[in-house]
Amino acid sequence: MNKKQKKNLIRIIIAAVMTAALHFIPVTGVLQFVLYMIVYLIIGYDILIKAFKGIKNRQPLDECLLMVIATIGAIALALYEKSGDYIEAIAVMLFYQVGEWFQSYAVGKSRKNITELMDIAPDYANIEEGNGQLTKVDPDDVEVGQIIVVRPGEKVPIDGVVVSGASSLNTAALTGESVPRDVKEGDSVISGCINLNGLIKVQTTKEFGESTVTKILELIEDASSRKSSSENFISKFARVYTPAVVISALVLAFLPPVVLLLLGKDPVFGTWLYRALTFLVISCPCALVVSIPLSFFAGIGGAGKQGVLIKGSNYLEILSETKTVVMDKTGTLTKGAFEITAIHPDGIDAEGLLHLAAHVERHSTHPIAAAIRNAYANEADDCRIEDVEEIAGHGIIAKVNGKSVAVGNGKLMEKVGAKWRECHREGTTLHVAIDGEYAGHIIIEDVIKPHSKQAIRDLKRIGVKNTVMLTGDKKQIADKVAAELSLDTVYSELLPQDKVAKVEELLSSKANEKERIAFVGDGINDAPVLKRADIGIAMGAMGSDAAIEAADIVLMDDDPLKIVSAIKISKKCLAIVKENIWFAIGIKLACLVLGAFGIANMWAAIFADVGVMILAVLNAIRCMFVKGAKPEEA
Amino acid sequence: MKKTYKIDVDCANCADKMEKAASGTPGVKECSVSFMTLKMKVEFEEGADEAAVMKQVRENCKKVEDDCEVFI
Repeated sequence: MNKKQKKNLIRIIIAAVMTAALHFIPVTGVLQFVLYMIVYLIIGYDILIKAFKGIKNRQPLDECLLMVIATIGAIALALYEKSGDYIEAIAVMLFYQVGEWFQSYAVGKSRKNITELMDIAPDYANIEEGNGQLTKVDPDDVEVGQIIVVRPGEKVPIDGVVVSGASSLNTAALTGESVPRDVKEGDSVISGCINLNGLIKVQTTKEFGESTVTKILELIEDASSRKSSSENFISKFARVYTPAVVISALVLAFLPPVVLLLLGKDPVFGTWLYRALTFLVISCPCALVVSIPLSFFAGIGGAGKQGVLIKGSNYLEILSETKTVVMDKTGTLTKGAFEITAIHPDGIDAEGLLHLAAHVERHSTHPIAAAIRNAYANEADDCRIEDVEEIAGHGIIAKVNGKSVAVGNGKLMEKVGAKWRECHREGTTLHVAIDGEYAGHIIIEDVIKPHSKQAIRDLKRIGVKNTVMLTGDKKQIADKVAAELSLDTVYSELLPQDKVAKVEELLSSKANEKERIAFVGDGINDAPVLKRADIGIAMGAMGSDAAIEAADIVLMDDDPLKIVSAIKISKKCLAIVKENIWFAIGIKLACLVLGAFGIANMWAAIFADVGVMILAVLNAIRCMFVKGAKPEEA
Repeated sequence: MKKTYKIDVDCANCADKMEKAASGTPGVKECSVSFMTLKMKVEFEEGADEAAVMKQVRENCKKVEDDCEVFI
């Protein structure tokens, strides 16, 4: 609670206690009036001042002014009718203040919570002095290439490379991923991660202003200035709502009495005036106006916590309307790294075949070689490897412990005279021959990510109609992946520019403007497609500025389930926004109608008004807690 | 030229009013007020004197909502 909130809370309590006390004190006449007016002033003096300023600044529709007209009108009626019922005016002010106080408190609280969710901004960087002492400096003052020290428990302030030490980093603030990432000398580290155990020295590769954490913070700060159409609708609605209510109040105050008068009946001026004043009590559109941006802000904050960065409320809205998800294959649905998927040995055991192949591939830089070496961890044993000969377009031949081992494609097998056979599996086949005798083959593939299948299924479940895969790969491989993941459509053998054309084709062929098309890519060479789609989602973008720049939504790690989380959060958030819009407008209209017929009095009106706001605000805060997609146990 | 200013205001409707008032100020091309982050993002017209424009923006905001502040 800030000072202002404390002060107002005290005022509210004093006024409430005094009102209750006055109810039981048997005073009448002038004394009663004076006592009630003191309470009225305690609770409403600031509104009176604001109303006066509203007149001075020619703002006739200032809600404070309207509140003052309503309450003073009610007091005047009480005087005129000698009813002594001043409590109503005080209650209206009191509840109005309670509403304002609650709004201020709740918004302040959630503002703080949401900012804390994304509190990844480092406060300082440690620089080692000549004598070994650490000095804390402003991260802004650290130059590129300088060495900073990150102790356990501290945040990595600036992007860089570890030059000494090893540790585990908690990347949860950036990716929502709770498994720590191990780093050692030579690994790059990203700002915003928390160092868990070891002390590391990091050579910075970027300035603080260019570091990941700063980019992300900027992005979140900017997000709420890109407004959604719901927010714009509410702003427009608010602008016409107040004048409309005031005009209806005027009509209600004068038209029925005049008509009654003309018909020769009792005009009951007082009754109609009272009903008109009731209208003014609900003329403030605050409940609506506050809950909508709050919902979006909470939604964006909640998504950020799960490693989904949304660049604006408008994107959250478009994302919720996504009916087609177009995905790149490599790096999005598949790992983009080769892995061994099968070993078919001939007259030798699988381990032995892999062992030999790994030795032959020891010095090769080809990605396939890396896959084989990764699969056989103890490659550096005491086997002798000599006479390594790389034959371009064929493979490698080397002597391992005196035996000539050839590892390569069919052409190489022909060359060494081995009787080789094709494999029934898709993927890249690596044949092995020992001294000219065929020894079997190893299948290497770009493997599908573990959660891809579940992600596609979950997308369908949450209302995505069409899942499309684009790839530059061969049709055979693409079709196999598409079949395995049960994708609806697949376009293969595409050049980068063809991908843009395909997305454009899909955009122009959609039946309805509201059926949005999202494109998910890893941000490497698909920036134009990210920009072209209704909504561009970049994946695994930690550290890639181009992707953060081009995309509307950035997934901090490369788990395809995050796509599902993002859409789920957007849908939930928009559902809450719609609930709030209809709920708040509905209650207000109902109050107006009931008020016009004299069924609802001022008490009911102010109760409804404040109540709606409190409920709408609480509902909006729910956006922060939407659950993302969880991986299913296999 | 775009700049972001910190603001202080109590209610969301007032923030909308401020946005409208600021957008209508001569020299301001576009303005967006975020009630949630309490920030005002102003895009100035070419060649506008930012300091003078912002002074006017603050004045106009004060007119529609007395209880607000723009930290220039």
